[in-house]
Amino acid sequence: MSTGTTKLDVVVSDVVPVNELVTRFHFRRRDGGLLPTFSGGAHVVVEMRDGERTRLNPYSLMGSPLDTREYTISVRRDDVGRGGSLFMHRSVKPGLEMVISYPVNLFSLDLRAKKHLMLAGGIGITPFMAQTAQLAGEGGNFELHYTCRTASLGTYADVLQQRYNRRIRLYHDDREERIDLDRLLSTQPLGTHLYVCGPAGMINWVRDRAASLGWPPETVHYEHFAAPQPGLPFDVTLAVSGKTIHVGEQQSLLEAIEAAGVDPPYLCRGGVCGQCETNVISSDGKFIHNDHWLSEEDHRSGCKIMPCVSRFEGKSLVLER
Amino acid sequence: MAAKTIISRPIYGALSAQPGKHHLFIADAEGALAIVDMAKTAPPGFFDGAEIVFIPGPDGKHVAALEALKPAKVHAAPSFASLLPRLKQTLTNAHMGLRLYLSGTEGLIGQAMQVALEAGIDHTSMQTEHRGSLARRMQCVHCKGITENVTTQPATCSHCGLLLLVRDHYSRRLAAFQGVCINAEDRSEIPPVEEAFP
Repeated sequence: MSTGTTKLDVVVSDVVPVNELVTRFHFRRRDGGLLPTFSGGAHVVVEMRDGERTRLNPYSLMGSPLDTREYTISVRRDDVGRGGSLFMHRSVKPGLEMVISYPVNLFSLDLRAKKHLMLAGGIGITPFMAQTAQLAGEGGNFELHYTCRTASLGTYADVLQQRYNRRIRLYHDDREERIDLDRLLSTQPLGTHLYVCGPAGMINWVRDRAASLGWPPETVHYEHFAAPQPGLPFDVTLAVSGKTIHVGEQQSLLEAIEAAGVDPPYLCRGGVCGQCETNVISSDGKFIHNDHWLSEEDHRSGCKIMPCVSRFEGKSLVLER
Repeated sequence: MAAKTIISRPIYGALSAQPGKHHLFIADAEGALAIVDMAKTAPPGFFDGAEIVFIPGPDGKHVAALEALKPAKVHAAPSFASLLPRLKQTLTNAHMGLRLYLSGTEGLIGQAMQVALEAGIDHTSMQTEHRGSLARRMQCVHCKGITENVTTQPATCSHCGLLLLVRDHYSRRLAAFQGVCINAEDRSEIPPVEEAFP
């Protein structure tokens, strides 16, 4: 179960195609009341009941935190993913009753910053929609640099430019426009905080350059939900609950544990928050760590695993769960 | 080295060269030696982009040792108060990539940190190293007056004259330890005064 969070019973109030890949979903409370307050950068975990199967995927809230009559998320269709985004695009229609988690923020603004420098890549724009709305409401100082493949795939680029004008800088891959990252990072006033959300490669590049150019780690914030990667099926023994489970090719270890009726804690389901960290009692084989939570040392030790995104290949695995 | 007693009591490390484009050192008295020691392991060319602001102790020593490191600039100042406007100006015009190194007495580290915090540098992003006197900068919690260079326990407030217990409770915002009246019940009770922070 999700740690410390209660579920919200919502109804889909609107479904709006944004471009050829992205669709926006609006949720309201079924009882008509206000939704819980959230801050820019927060996400919710959406429960997708797809026949026999339940998927739980995290999505950033992209509406203004000043308006809690509804929550909005934008979902990019991934035709080769594990099916969550396809389910959202194909099966979720206005009027559908769904369950989502309370919002959780693992990518919040540091409001002590003198300035907020935001770097978005592709669908990584969504948390910044909420953060810019929050900052604009408080007169905050921000600047957003947004890289997208083409103008038509620049989700919300038009809305952002209309709202914030010159605070928004766009870079289109198809026009060979590239961020001059070193220059950008070297010309920011002292007290600036950096936020980056986008593909893993972009996040690694930005974090690496920022560190080299003398940005202290406390000033660099990033969010990357690693979608659980499919892989070879494997068997796991859960020592505490005395069960042996099978993890399917398209299933995450966490999902398989849940399907067996065991409820481990979780929050982000994307290898970021650390809630589902699980001790390994014994193993004979190879871990495939995909999380951003455990240290490299933890990864090498083979004593811990993040079941939301990481897998195992080998003869046997026994977990303290 | 000061021992950790309560959570607000600052602990200091040893200066180490950080990645960055500019390096600003602020030191007093024997704090200079922390910079000299750090220089032994700093990468070549590190001091090319460094500025050292130094407040010599009463003995006037260590200026030459700092100049020998060949930093871009060495600035000797008579007191912290006298260099404050200049420091604020430097930080106001600075960019991300500037790294701050503070070494010397706790009073100097604390006051420089206070200015840097206001400029938007997180306290965990600064390098600090304590050298020299353990004398404390103390705020009287009763009259709010600051007393510099407190070496005794208890200590007399230089403003209101109350006899104060110098606590380990530290305020980063004020850059001072808190002093609380030690004999509030009976002012005629005078506990022995010890040299606690030499």
